[in-house]
Amino acid sequence: MIPFDYQRAADGASAVATVTRRPGAAFLGGGTNLVDHMKLGVADPDLLVDVTRLPYDAIEQLPGGGVRIGATVRNSDLAADPLIRSRYPVLSEALLAGASGQLRNLATTGGNLLQRTRCVYFQDVTTPCNKRQPGAGCSAIDGWTRNHAILGASEHCVATHPSDMAVAMAALDAAVVVLGADGERSIPLVDFHRLPGDEPQRDTVLEHGELITAVDVPALGFAVRSAYRKVRDRASYAFALVSVAAALDIDGGVVRDGRVALGGVAHKPWRATRAEERLRGAPADDATFAAAADAELAQARPLRDNGFKVAMARNTLVAVLRDLAARDQGTKDRP
Amino acid sequence: MTEPLRPRAIGTSLARLDGRAKVTGTAIYAFEQPLERATYLHPVQATIARGRVTAVDTATAEALDGVVAVLTHVNAPRLASTDDAELAVLQSDEVAFRGQFVGAVIADTPEVARHAASLMGVSYDEQPYDVQLRADRDDLYAPEVVNPSFPTDTDDGDVDAALESAALTVDQTYSTAMQHNNPMEPHTTVAIWNDDGLTLYDSTQGVHAVRTTVAPVFGLDPERVRVIAPHVGGGFGSKGMPHAHVVLAGLAAQVTSGRPVKLALTRQQMFSLVGYRTPTIQRVRLGADSDGHLAAIAHDVVEQTSKIKEFAEQTAVSTRTMYASPNRRTSHRLAALDVPVPSWMRAPGECPGMFGPEVAMDELAVACGIDPIELRVRNEPATDPESGLPYSSRNLVGCLREGARRFGWDRRDPTPAARRDGGWLVGTGVASSTYPAYRQPGSVANIRSGPDGRFTVRIGAADIGTGTWTTLTQIAADALDVPVEAVDLQIGDSALPMATVAGGSSGISNWGSTIVGVARAFRDKYGPDPADGSETEGETPDNPASERFAMHAFGAQFAEVRVHADTGEIRVPRQLGVFAVGRIINPRTARSQFIGGMTMGLSMALHEHSVMDPSSGHVVNHDFAEYHIATNADVGDIDAVWLDEHDPHLNPMGSKGIGEIGIVGAAAAIANAAYHATGTRVRDLPITADRFLP
Repeated sequence: MIPFDYQRAADGASAVATVTRRPGAAFLGGGTNLVDHMKLGVADPDLLVDVTRLPYDAIEQLPGGGVRIGATVRNSDLAADPLIRSRYPVLSEALLAGASGQLRNLATTGGNLLQRTRCVYFQDVTTPCNKRQPGAGCSAIDGWTRNHAILGASEHCVATHPSDMAVAMAALDAAVVVLGADGERSIPLVDFHRLPGDEPQRDTVLEHGELITAVDVPALGFAVRSAYRKVRDRASYAFALVSVAAALDIDGGVVRDGRVALGGVAHKPWRATRAEERLRGAPADDATFAAAADAELAQARPLRDNGFKVAMARNTLVAVLRDLAARDQGTKDRP
Repeated sequence: MTEPLRPRAIGTSLARLDGRAKVTGTAIYAFEQPLERATYLHPVQATIARGRVTAVDTATAEALDGVVAVLTHVNAPRLASTDDAELAVLQSDEVAFRGQFVGAVIADTPEVARHAASLMGVSYDEQPYDVQLRADRDDLYAPEVVNPSFPTDTDDGDVDAALESAALTVDQTYSTAMQHNNPMEPHTTVAIWNDDGLTLYDSTQGVHAVRTTVAPVFGLDPERVRVIAPHVGGGFGSKGMPHAHVVLAGLAAQVTSGRPVKLALTRQQMFSLVGYRTPTIQRVRLGADSDGHLAAIAHDVVEQTSKIKEFAEQTAVSTRTMYASPNRRTSHRLAALDVPVPSWMRAPGECPGMFGPEVAMDELAVACGIDPIELRVRNEPATDPESGLPYSSRNLVGCLREGARRFGWDRRDPTPAARRDGGWLVGTGVASSTYPAYRQPGSVANIRSGPDGRFTVRIGAADIGTGTWTTLTQIAADALDVPVEAVDLQIGDSALPMATVAGGSSGISNWGSTIVGVARAFRDKYGPDPADGSETEGETPDNPASERFAMHAFGAQFAEVRVHADTGEIRVPRQLGVFAVGRIINPRTARSQFIGGMTMGLSMALHEHSVMDPSSGHVVNHDFAEYHIATNADVGDIDAVWLDEHDPHLNPMGSKGIGEIGIVGAAAAIANAAYHATGTRVRDLPITADRFLP
């Protein structure tokens, strides 16, 4: 491990000021990803500013029915929160599908959004990676691509975003509240993470020094009928091959509205807007769900080892929508 | 016949004698030895798969505060022997595989050592390399023998003619993945080099094996090498013989002026340095009459070794003893590649080698329309098919029948893809299991009486988590006819009498036989009331029966598999193993061995796959996030039971080894159950969700 300085932030503004001033500085949340990267040589910050004791650890109701989730709320606490469990079951389920109990106890909401790809070539400093070292080349494209992207990748990077929580938040139209040197701004979650394009080193639109303070989840009544389904090779502690976050508003057998996002398929949580368009106003049946999935996945460009993800994503999306449609709308408790 | 021991402590579920020390953290493992002025070693590994090191820039690393020394092939102490190329560490500029040691840093703290290692600039002359195993390579060769000393090929009868005329045939190719041993305790070595010679605190399956191997490498008399390993956090074969890191630690200890050198490999480093199970490609051909009686078996295996050192996994050897057939052929061919050296991994040979044939038997059962248990029963041999010798005991059929009864096999409808529970397709499968009852000579035990009726029993055996501390104490107590509380066992130190390695499921048989022999000699000489300080030492007695009988353990593996109709996800909610392994020394530790092996078999079936990337030349999924091992959530209702098998020919305890048989056949049972669930026959491991998707 390369030596580094450590500071505990006194307040948000001074944390932002400190990191903004120092190009090599980084915020430290739960450290479940950053500390690994420091051991592996993937990250070498010269200063860690610990933000876990800042007063961003509350889950509050917003006027209008939404919820504000503090950036330092631990994943376990968020998953167990009664408000989240009752109003946004998709978010609670996504959190519980991620990592392990120990990791969820440490990991923060802000840090979860900022975790980096688990692409094996990114995590190994002996293999070239454009995300780690712009211009070095991508080892994955001609390498082992079983876990890589089928949507929105570029010739420079085919990595996937590993978060489950962020997929649910993408479906829920969440917004990321960010404190910077010039004050606060709010970024829609679907615009917060980037596609790789020709700058795969940039995972998000955050500027250096900007600190996530909260995530706002707006009111969405029909999110009580929502679910997260994660498909993975082992029953626990594995990143998604494919995941689906969805909420359905059905009235009289017709889909009034729907929210769908996919995980494990792209460089960012993938909001499936084309699928949602197909759902709106259509009968809540398998034909509609299949058409919605096909509409979204028509853009898929699988790699050598991950062609199966297209069928897997399609089947999983259809299955999740079918299950939601079959559920009695008023029922929150799950079997 | 060996005179059997009268069991009193044997057969009881004595709790682990070292259990309290382990769960309270007071059992000292190799790296934790409290040593004054210790230094820490961090290796530098090659980032090319083949070539030469042309330069190493060590200046930045050397300049770092806390760095004690930097080693490269230029300045490393010379070894006395480089005959074993795996152990010829830092002796030349040649790179034979990616991940090989090309340098090391010794520092006052592990953090500084790791940082300094990252600052070593290594330049290479990179040469073309070859890391891809394929069955159609034109450079496959036949090794002289396969591990450890079995014939490479066998050919009995006329297999081709029998296949030609058989009513039913199966001709399929199966493959098992490259897998890496990942014991909970990583490979760790602490080396101290001083005027007395070399002392190693090592995480090893055999202190004497380490001493015997490394002494000539360093040009030391074996008496000047001491190896200490009282507690070992798992080995599974990867600690059965010393690997390059032990030599690296010994080299480093020569340049620290007597300061101890501590080395703990990281998980990532283990994926290129401590051996692995070769991938195997197995063509299996079965010919049978319409009633399922085998007329021919052919098992032809292609696997890999490294160019610098041969390891030939004995994958087809179990086929030589499993089923009756007048015509039988087995073969092994190797590709020598620019890869790390493969080695032992739990049941080398039997574990991968019982995958192809046991799935093929399931395919034959389907082809015949015969129940897969009945098919196996019909092909039960009267004597060992290879040697013609009678079995000292063989209870495969008993295991299959008892398993069928417990598993509810009689309710099984053989139709594939015919059961659904919610979104899950459900199936069940069975496979046979076997492992040889090995016994090696060469162990020595020493028994000495103390005051108050106590006895000290000394033997350099190993407890790698298997329960040796406990089970050898039980054996010694019965052998001396005293309570277990009267026995003070000493193991895990090369200063103790010589002991064979904890490998081949033979430890308890070897060490226990030796202790029993010495205890009997002790009692013969000193009687029931020996004076304080009476002492007897002796070697493993011969077992003449081993010439007259084929000795193997057998078992039956059952599995229930669920495959999700939408996503292809595969889960195993139920596993049952039934084993016939002679007498069980300790039911509690035995059960751990069996279900541990079965869990590892589940892991092999569904998860474990070291991905060798041809474009980078190394295993790219080299951590626990990406190299999947079964988690608790993957293991469902798992149970292991055993038949009450009495075999008087084995050893005085009447026991067969149990450390490895639990993994054998487990993957085949799961693959067969997956076929029953879905109608899709997966012949390549691991069995992942994508196999069941269009």
